Amino acid sequence: MDFILHLINGISLGSIYAIIALGYTMVYGIAKMLNFAHGDVIMVGGYISFVVTANLGLPPAVAIVAAVAVCTALGVIIEKLAYKPLRAAPSLAVLITAIGVSYFLQNAALLIWSSNPKSYSSMFSFEPLRLFNNRLSITSVTIVTVVTGIVVMAALTLIISKTKMGKAMRAVSEDKDAAQLMGIGVNKTISITFAIGSGLAAIAGVLLASAYPIIMPTMGSMPGIKAFTAAVFGGIGSVPGAMLGGILLGVIEIIGRAYISSELSDAIVFSVLIIVLLVKPTGLLGKKINEKV
Amino acid sequence: MSKMVPVPSAGIIPERDLNSSPILEISHLGITFGGLVAVEDFNLVIGRTEISGLIGPNGAGKTTVFNLLTKVYQQTKGAILLDGVDTKGMTTVQVNQLGIARTFQNIRLFSSLTVEDNVKIGLHNQYKYDTLSGILRLPPYWKAEKQAKERVRELLSIFNMEHMAKYKAGSLPYGAQRRLEIVRALATNPSLLLLDEPAAGMNPSETEELMANIRKIRDAFQIAILLIEHDMSLVMGICEGIAVLNYGKIIAKGTPEEIQSNPEVIEAYLGKQKEDGSDA
Amino acid sequence: MMKGIKKIKKSTRSNIITYGIVVLFFIIVQFLVMTGRMSSSLRGQLVPIAAYIVMAVSLNLTVGILGELSLGHAGFMSVGAFSGVIVASTLQDQITNAPLRLAVSMLIGGILAAIVGVIVGVPALRLRGDYLAIVTLAFGEIIKNIVNVIYVGFDSNGLQMGLNSAKSIQLEDGGKMVLNGPMGAVGINRISTVTAGFVLIIITLIIVLNLMHSRSGRAIMAVRDNRIAAESVGISVTKYKLMAFVISAALAGFAGALYALNFSTVVAKKFDFNTSILVLVFVVLGGIGNIRGSIIAAAVLTVLPELLRQFNDYRMLIYAIILILIMIATNNEKIKNFINKIGFMLDLKTKNNVNKGGTAK
Repeated sequence: MDFILHLINGISLGSIYAIIALGYTMVYGIAKMLNFAHGDVIMVGGYISFVVTANLGLPPAVAIVAAVAVCTALGVIIEKLAYKPLRAAPSLAVLITAIGVSYFLQNAALLIWSSNPKSYSSMFSFEPLRLFNNRLSITSVTIVTVVTGIVVMAALTLIISKTKMGKAMRAVSEDKDAAQLMGIGVNKTISITFAIGSGLAAIAGVLLASAYPIIMPTMGSMPGIKAFTAAVFGGIGSVPGAMLGGILLGVIEIIGRAYISSELSDAIVFSVLIIVLLVKPTGLLGKKINEKV
Repeated sequence: MSKMVPVPSAGIIPERDLNSSPILEISHLGITFGGLVAVEDFNLVIGRTEISGLIGPNGAGKTTVFNLLTKVYQQTKGAILLDGVDTKGMTTVQVNQLGIARTFQNIRLFSSLTVEDNVKIGLHNQYKYDTLSGILRLPPYWKAEKQAKERVRELLSIFNMEHMAKYKAGSLPYGAQRRLEIVRALATNPSLLLLDEPAAGMNPSETEELMANIRKIRDAFQIAILLIEHDMSLVMGICEGIAVLNYGKIIAKGTPEEIQSNPEVIEAYLGKQKEDGSDA
Repeated sequence: MMKGIKKIKKSTRSNIITYGIVVLFFIIVQFLVMTGRMSSSLRGQLVPIAAYIVMAVSLNLTVGILGELSLGHAGFMSVGAFSGVIVASTLQDQITNAPLRLAVSMLIGGILAAIVGVIVGVPALRLRGDYLAIVTLAFGEIIKNIVNVIYVGFDSNGLQMGLNSAKSIQLEDGGKMVLNGPMGAVGINRISTVTAGFVLIIITLIIVLNLMHSRSGRAIMAVRDNRIAAESVGISVTKYKLMAFVISAALAGFAGALYALNFSTVVAKKFDFNTSILVLVFVVLGGIGNIRGSIIAAAVLTVLPELLRQFNDYRMLIYAIILILIMIATNNEKIKNFINKIGFMLDLKTKNNVNKGGTAK
């Protein structure tokens, strides 16, 4: 029974990683950049929802909408101000800029909300689901997280495969110049991608803060790194890969923590990543790249 | 240590030397990429100091043959013998050390480094000393660096490029970049030099000069040269033997005269060229 | 005199300037310290600055010269730091001469980091670009995790090692904990000196600069500029990638030992992803492939937060904004042209060091 509980918790944590990883992977696919500030957008989402409920006393639904709105706007603004001027720059310059943005967000949060961790009351407070004569109790946050994960993944898959905007996204990620020639607004598509990715980060922020009920300015960096790992694990640039990578990573982390060592759970996660990359150098669902000679 | 070959002022074209043992023997060479046959039953023999041409329409598989010879791809069928040695299973590095050097259709220079360094890198396996000698500047470093520097000058003099030694390779004009690639390939002391479209992007007078230089290289270094080229004046002008490739298969082999009068070639390749209005 | 200098090769002259800057700064620093004109907080930064300079130069070997992105360079620093501390504590009675003990500790720290470099490099260097970057990141995190569960103690019976808890080792009376799990290395005898830092910087420069201008260094740069062409002229890509990576790891190991032996306690968290990124920022701002730039950037950016202290809480925010602005200013075509124009109008030669040379792919 313990194992099933760990598995469910793993899937729940993995769903959060997957939601963050989707943002990473979409931005990577389209802008070909590692957006290291993505994790800090999660933190902003957490704080905004906190402010709306704890400080303004508004209901959780409003808090979630506000967090998503603020983060979506934030993502678009960051892209416009910091990344857009560097479209033609070497990837390393963009990477360092993203790190600058990450420092900026963390320190801005530090100034506004101080470095002291704040306790966060879960946005989802209905009764836990009890199964097998109370032997298995699944918390409300876990249920919401898994359901949200499924909904987000399904919605995103639909958007990317069925809508015109999704088609534009795929075209830009395939070949920016060709897409431009075909009349696709590349800047607009990149903006939309950042908007979606950051909106997802806000959702992840609310879920993460509800599950691990403490928020602080650095709360986004480790989940950010893990989600980045998940994205690479699944094959960076691949949407189904990010989902698969995220969930596997969450499960490995929780199971590793429960059965092997709690101190070494991160080491286990990263070791599995290295092993997977050695066997499949472009991740589980990544495309093989052939260099033309 | 490399054989020090002086660069002669005038060359004498040797007789076709197919009677002595050939430098390259390719038999039944083939490769398929996931079911797609790119090259099939490719047979070719090249003499020790022969200049040969490999021609054919775009996508015929010419560069694939070069990639098979240099082990960028491993063949799925057949054998490649360089000077009697089967290269099967070897790596690009190993076949280079065995004596195959090449240039690339899309120029591949070490573009952030100087012309001199590019050629010195070509001399990597000619003037050796270990890393520690390099870091500590021990005597082997000074000796080898001095020899390499002299050799670089000699090699650059083939194309009168000595004055460009300190320029960044990436900043050279297109034609000079192509010539530098040839020099770099020659620096590895090959017995077979593969040139992938050496005249691409050159004007007629540059092409003319290149033809003279290719002959000069063959005569000075006494090596075999196999080239891929679309410029028919160059191919017909300097090649002693020509193979025509179409859809991965050889459709004709022979002297320039034989090729020019071969009806199958005219249909597959030269004919099309004539329709385009370019000379054949 | 001037004529003599002009005759020297351009690269040699550039190297002499680099060494000259380091020597000059060392003399100035020594002068300021001896005459008591340096604030104690800045004085405390000197050894870390030296360590970060070595870190930046060594990372530049991987990122700039080899052209591979590494996000786990602090992992090698960590290996060097903790093995250096263990060696120094163990040899406390055997080698009473502190500088010699420091040298031995640094050497062993560097060698161990090099060995880890081989273990990580052999599989990882088969991967390309961002995939290699994530593996180095993962490695750095793994090292941090592992150090956190290692307990090392030392008594008359020698060195004892255990995992998971301090109870896993039993020390005699008078025995001493060296590495205490998440508490890190404790009770370190602080034997690092500014002079040792200076010597390490000079050794690092000799290794990296001489390597760059030798057969192996050219092969490494050939692999960076064009892997396929490098193979075609008989250069083993794997060999030279690994060579650059391992030398870079060894130098980071030296720096780690120097750094750790400057403090009485050091925790594994000090060498995490953020430190790797910090060093990467030095490299990029100093100019990819530009060794002198790395030295200056490491020194300036280590002192900068200190100088911004008057802005108190805002200093890291300002640092972040400066970082973003510099990246945009040096990489955006329009702004670059604009700056050059102004520079031209003022008849100033604007030097643009950032992103000179090859870019990491």
